[in-house]
Amino acid sequence: MSRIGVFVCQCGNNIASTVDTKKVAEEMSKMPGVVYTCDYKFMCSAPGQENLREIVKAQKLDGVVVSACSPHMHEKTFRKACESAGLNPYKCEISNIREQCSWVHHDKTKKVGTIKSIDLTRMTIERLKKNRPLKNINIPVKKRALVIGGGIAGIQAALDIADGGIEVILVEKEPSIGGNMARLSETFPTMDCSQCILTPKMVEAELHDNITIYTWSEIEKVDGYIGNFTVQIRKKAKYVDEQLCTGCGECIEKCPFKADNEFEMKLNKRKVIYTPFPQAVPNIPVIDAPHCVKIQKDKCGACAIICGPNAIDFKQKDQIITEEVGAIIVATGYQLMPNERFGEYGYGKIKDVISGLQFERLASSSGPTGGEIIRPSDGNVPKSVVFIQCVGSRDEKKGVAYCSKVCCMYTAKHTMLYKHKVHDGQSYVFYMDIRSAGKRYEEFVRRAIEHDGAMYLRGRVSRVYERNGKIVVQGADTLSGNQVEIEADMVVLATAILARDGADTLAQRLGIGYDKHKFYNEYHPKLRPVETVTGGIYLAGTCAGPMDIPDSVSMGGATASKVLGLFSSDEMSREPITAIVNRAICNACWDCLNACPYSAIEKESENDRHGNILRWLAKVNDGLCQGCGICVAACRSKCIDLQGYTDEQVYAAINAF
Amino acid sequence: MKIPYYPGCTLNTVAKDFDTSAREAATVLGLELKELDQWNCCGASFPLTPDNVMGLTAPTKVLVNARKEGDTVTTLCSVCYNVLKRTNKAINDDRDRRNLINEFIEEEYDGSLQVIHFLEVLRDRIGFDKVKNLVKRPLKGIKTGTYYGCMLLRPFEDIGIDDPEAPVIFEDLLRSLGCEPVEFPNKIECCGAHLAMGNEDVVVRLSGNVMTSAIDSGADLIVTSCPLCQYNLEKSQKRLVQDTADYSGIPVLYFTQILGLALGQSEDMLGFEKNICDIRPLLKEKGV
Repeated sequence: MSRIGVFVCQCGNNIASTVDTKKVAEEMSKMPGVVYTCDYKFMCSAPGQENLREIVKAQKLDGVVVSACSPHMHEKTFRKACESAGLNPYKCEISNIREQCSWVHHDKTKKVGTIKSIDLTRMTIERLKKNRPLKNINIPVKKRALVIGGGIAGIQAALDIADGGIEVILVEKEPSIGGNMARLSETFPTMDCSQCILTPKMVEAELHDNITIYTWSEIEKVDGYIGNFTVQIRKKAKYVDEQLCTGCGECIEKCPFKADNEFEMKLNKRKVIYTPFPQAVPNIPVIDAPHCVKIQKDKCGACAIICGPNAIDFKQKDQIITEEVGAIIVATGYQLMPNERFGEYGYGKIKDVISGLQFERLASSSGPTGGEIIRPSDGNVPKSVVFIQCVGSRDEKKGVAYCSKVCCMYTAKHTMLYKHKVHDGQSYVFYMDIRSAGKRYEEFVRRAIEHDGAMYLRGRVSRVYERNGKIVVQGADTLSGNQVEIEADMVVLATAILARDGADTLAQRLGIGYDKHKFYNEYHPKLRPVETVTGGIYLAGTCAGPMDIPDSVSMGGATASKVLGLFSSDEMSREPITAIVNRAICNACWDCLNACPYSAIEKESENDRHGNILRWLAKVNDGLCQGCGICVAACRSKCIDLQGYTDEQVYAAINAF
Repeated sequence: MKIPYYPGCTLNTVAKDFDTSAREAATVLGLELKELDQWNCCGASFPLTPDNVMGLTAPTKVLVNARKEGDTVTTLCSVCYNVLKRTNKAINDDRDRRNLINEFIEEEYDGSLQVIHFLEVLRDRIGFDKVKNLVKRPLKGIKTGTYYGCMLLRPFEDIGIDDPEAPVIFEDLLRSLGCEPVEFPNKIECCGAHLAMGNEDVVVRLSGNVMTSAIDSGADLIVTSCPLCQYNLEKSQKRLVQDTADYSGIPVLYFTQILGLALGQSEDMLGFEKNICDIRPLLKEKGV
């Protein structure tokens, strides 16, 4: 006979107001195998736990049921208490009489709540009788980390992990690390130059002994599980030998052909062999193969002729590199919604209607104009500039429902940069609301309005069109109730922040979730914001949703601390709630293997002593198994069971109802 | 080819020229616009609140009658087109509304009709290329401002005839007639619509903006498919010509009048004399 103790929690009034906890305890004492019952005000309090420990020892209990809140809240607490009293933690079960009972019933006579609590607790007691003691599973950990994306979030994560003494692989798909932050001119709210604060970090990452950078590379395939990932990286052909290249740049000068400059947001052209910007890390050019005349038509080859160290190699092929890592940080960043989406703002056809990032390049001293703000169409200095906020953001009909979070701030910054460079210029900002939550952010916006004379107009713009070389902006000023028409020289659209193209494909490769906008899902939006539901994969920066630089850096640092924590011991321990195969009756139909969403089922052979295969069996990889139970349902010979949730336990609970 | 055709009230009265020119043009194109045996008012506006089902009964009646004559109905008036197409979609999409209306008007209609504009007939069923081949009098050098208004294009999810921000269907048609469409900023702006009833000043301002913006962009004439736009533009034009010294005016025509002209109909049959600004001197001047 079991010796079970039942502890019914009142949770202050949370449970006690609709459940007669004393009655529940009394009723439970009549159950066979129950030797001790009580009710208590707060089971989770220190005295409550201490009480539980003492009774486990004094009554020599072999099982504990705590009727309290959801197991999500305190299962760990009580299992730990039991463990310290010498009981196997998996012999402690929680009966949820709060979220699933007292909170949803309003019967103040306590009749309904009490009856239901009795049923729920009785079910848990019967289930507990069938519990087997389980042991946590230990998995060895490969102490190397992979960071996908070399923007500020990825660089920060890589540096922090590397400083912790762990080897880091940093993969970037562009020719240089730096990400979108490298494009920015100044940063709010302190107005320090973006490149000046970013490039030292880029160089630090390049020179760090623990960091290996693969640029012009993408993730091809990810296998494995927390602590033991195998990652295939496609290192695209640069057509430049990285060992030989000295970064002198003569090839770039000699190259006679040009293509759109992605780094400058297509404001100008770059050479076909190029580095995206002067401070590029690594400072090794790549050849843009689709535009290269040598590669496409076997003509030219000027770069190869001029190159002293003979680093140009037109025969280079993509390379697949395999790396073994224990943790992965995803920091793939964002892109802007293209101007071409907005017919009312000229569909990207009006040259002087530009995006926020294009304005950043115009204002940047390393940009195509050397920091001079001039119109892309004719090179004249614009005397009036209209900034339109929320272009595509907060607009479910035309764009996305969410707020892109940074546009209010960068638009205020743009008006200041403009005023500082064009003193007699006038800026206008059409806004819906000003969202300037953040340290020194509101003061920054006020400064733009009060000190730098930005004219803020609360309302939307209906149409932008060209008239006699000017851009006519028609909009509403909803505060004065008037329609306004502004003849501007330039219009800057604060277009919405989107997840990167291909974010979904990468998520599928990694096995992590994403929302309908293709931003990656956190494990818990508040309490586990940098983890994903897949163990060992973490999120940093705007791939998880729009955010500014400080937030991205914080997230990068947070992921690093998670990774260092994971790597703090050679093995990691996890709950033993995994599927287990009854080897005697498995007939290798592989239904479980097809059903498993985590690829946790493996084929195992049973051999005789000469090594001849006698038969095949399914085997569960404890590292990958998430304990979802799909294989249990799929198995027709009923040979798979979920530890902690066996059929026997579940039926016992049902029969007790 | 015979297509069931719903003229609507306006085309039977003040916009008679729109109706006759379209029928004539259709004949040349080997098409018969077969007027529905029975029809009533389309309701003239689509109710914007979901609980206003009453406003859908009249257009549903039209659709019921049209369904008896085929699986397609075409119309010329932008407003009728807008109301009929949206009603049809509402009935198709929303079972509750469908049941309620059917019960009320004692009919069984399921939204299976296809409501298309005559412009869509020309574009999708005949093809602008074929129209081009049948042109007898190419309108070379005539610069047209194509005025869409709102009813023909919006809301995009319901109507979907063309991109509501940058439509081209008019331009494509006019190009096949030899015209030279000019881009003007107000081509999809509001004419003032029903404010014609109570606040004519607003209409004069908005319609005036449409016309001056077309003139400034170099247009010789404006074409439209909406009798309400045409009415508002012409009415405003009358006032502008009287009140404004430097306003010379611009002919505002239905697209079918231009189509008819290009397909060889006689100028006298197209009702040009009714316009405040006559197009005929322009035709003479351009030598077409």
